[in-house]
Amino acid sequence: MLLSRKQAPSLKRQLWVAFLVVPPIVFMSLFVVYPILSAFAYAFYDWQGLARGEFVGLKNFREVLFGATMAPVVWNAFLHNVYALVALMIIQNGGGFLLAWLLYKEPFGFRFHRIAVFVPVVLSTIIVGFLWKLFLNPNFGVINQALYSLGLDSWAKPWLGDSSTALGALILANAWHFVGFPTLVYLAGMQRIPPEIIEAARLDGTNEWQLLKNIVWPLVAPSTTILFTLLFIGAFNWFEIPYVMVGLDGSPFGTTDVLGLVFYRTAFGNQSASIQNFGMGSALATLLFLFIVVFASMLTLWLRRREIQF
Amino acid sequence: MTALTSQAPASRQPISFALLAQVILIANSFIMLYPVVVMVLSAFKTTGEIFEHPFALPDFTQVGNFAKVLGETAMPTYFINSILVTGTSVLLILVLGTMAGYAVARYESRTNTFILLFFLAGLMLPLKLAVIPLFILLRDLGLLDSRWSLIVTYTAIGLPSAVFIMAGFLRTLPSELEDAARIDGASEPRIMWSVMLPLARPPMAIAAIQNAVPIWNDFFFPLVFIQTDARKTLPQGLTTFMGEYTTDWGMLFAGLTIAAAPITLLYIALSRQFIQGMTAGAVK
Repeated sequence: MLLSRKQAPSLKRQLWVAFLVVPPIVFMSLFVVYPILSAFAYAFYDWQGLARGEFVGLKNFREVLFGATMAPVVWNAFLHNVYALVALMIIQNGGGFLLAWLLYKEPFGFRFHRIAVFVPVVLSTIIVGFLWKLFLNPNFGVINQALYSLGLDSWAKPWLGDSSTALGALILANAWHFVGFPTLVYLAGMQRIPPEIIEAARLDGTNEWQLLKNIVWPLVAPSTTILFTLLFIGAFNWFEIPYVMVGLDGSPFGTTDVLGLVFYRTAFGNQSASIQNFGMGSALATLLFLFIVVFASMLTLWLRRREIQF
Repeated sequence: MTALTSQAPASRQPISFALLAQVILIANSFIMLYPVVVMVLSAFKTTGEIFEHPFALPDFTQVGNFAKVLGETAMPTYFINSILVTGTSVLLILVLGTMAGYAVARYESRTNTFILLFFLAGLMLPLKLAVIPLFILLRDLGLLDSRWSLIVTYTAIGLPSAVFIMAGFLRTLPSELEDAARIDGASEPRIMWSVMLPLARPPMAIAAIQNAVPIWNDFFFPLVFIQTDARKTLPQGLTTFMGEYTTDWGMLFAGLTIAAAPITLLYIALSRQFIQGMTAGAVK
């Protein structure tokens, strides 16, 4: 065995390895590396529809960040992405952590609850979005119908049509869709904690809250790192739920506008004004990309530092 | 043993805490499942019945909405497109991912680190943000508005994770297996195909589920690449369908139910594999 490894690989062997490696690499280069590198380049050009015009330097970037028409829209949308990120960190990841802790003790019906919490996760975002759009309908949606039948008529609202509730409704629909994911990732993380540690803490008379805060939470830090990074990336790529539930313009009055919608409108136009601007779209995509890469790496490094080896 | 140790702490909890936990879990499962139940029940109702009795049980023999969705709309076409696109993409991901993963795991080479880093970069980069150049590339290749535009995109997105899953598993197989076959005079392709790959079915299943679910559910790339109705996939077709029947709520819920049914039923049948596959990237 040692002998065969030490020999210089024969030409036949090298050809065989090349046959295995080259097609996947060529495929990735063509459909991932090339588009991503081009995305940066495109942002420096003027575009007339699908045709590339002249080199314009940083003009598209300036337009996106400081231009009179684009910048207010972009910053407004960015703020909504930040709201969604913070709210989902608490509701989705925080809720998932607590649900995981309840499931970890394997109470009665544990298997059923574990399967139930993951059902919405497997559904398409389109189905989830339309379902909640119908449920939140002001006249015939089940939410308002339920409020009427409970005599809480004054609570009923046109949830998606009201500026004060629309973004919150989208965030809750998203949390309903995905809370099962952090729940089961955290559950797997908790099951990796050596049971003796938790047992020892209990024998010392630690109460539930201290146990969660001082023992479980630090020990599931690797799960937290991954979940928070994924949520960060997801929150700044948010597109489907807003697109389906409130439309491309982030209605009402842009109160649900997010960067994903702005990008799509800029690059591919919308029904009312089918103006395509690939230059500004690429500039926005490049900025978003750099923002995500820089902050996601910083977040990952910072979260990694608090991970404990055991 | 594990059951015992993890049961033990629970039993020493105060009763009130266990009760509270049960209430929260039951409430949560209700919130997770009830919307899906209302969707299915509403699909058996007429629009009038939905508006007047939203929570009542329907007459389950009234399947007119389903018949209409399947018989009079393009939903079956969307369905077939989704199956073709998802099936072909997953197959390509498995073939290419296994090739690269096998080469990295089973042959020592100085380029291995480079290859792994290359795929690692692919794992991190959100291809969604490169959709404009991808759009232009697909147009130049004549693939725009075809199912292949989606297949190559999904394959490119799914390939890196498949390489890591396959390489990670194949690396753990003992080299004695290969060496024995080599001594018997088996060729390298033969060793891969007949000796090693038959052992690699579990990671293939994980890679397949991990990719199949998001591909089946994706909406963004069809929205950008596909115009022709006959080539739309299910999630994209659903938006067309929902736009056509806005006021016929019975039809809307039947459409949503039909779109949700296959993956939900498959999940209930194979929940362990689904959960394992879909959390594979986040659970080590």
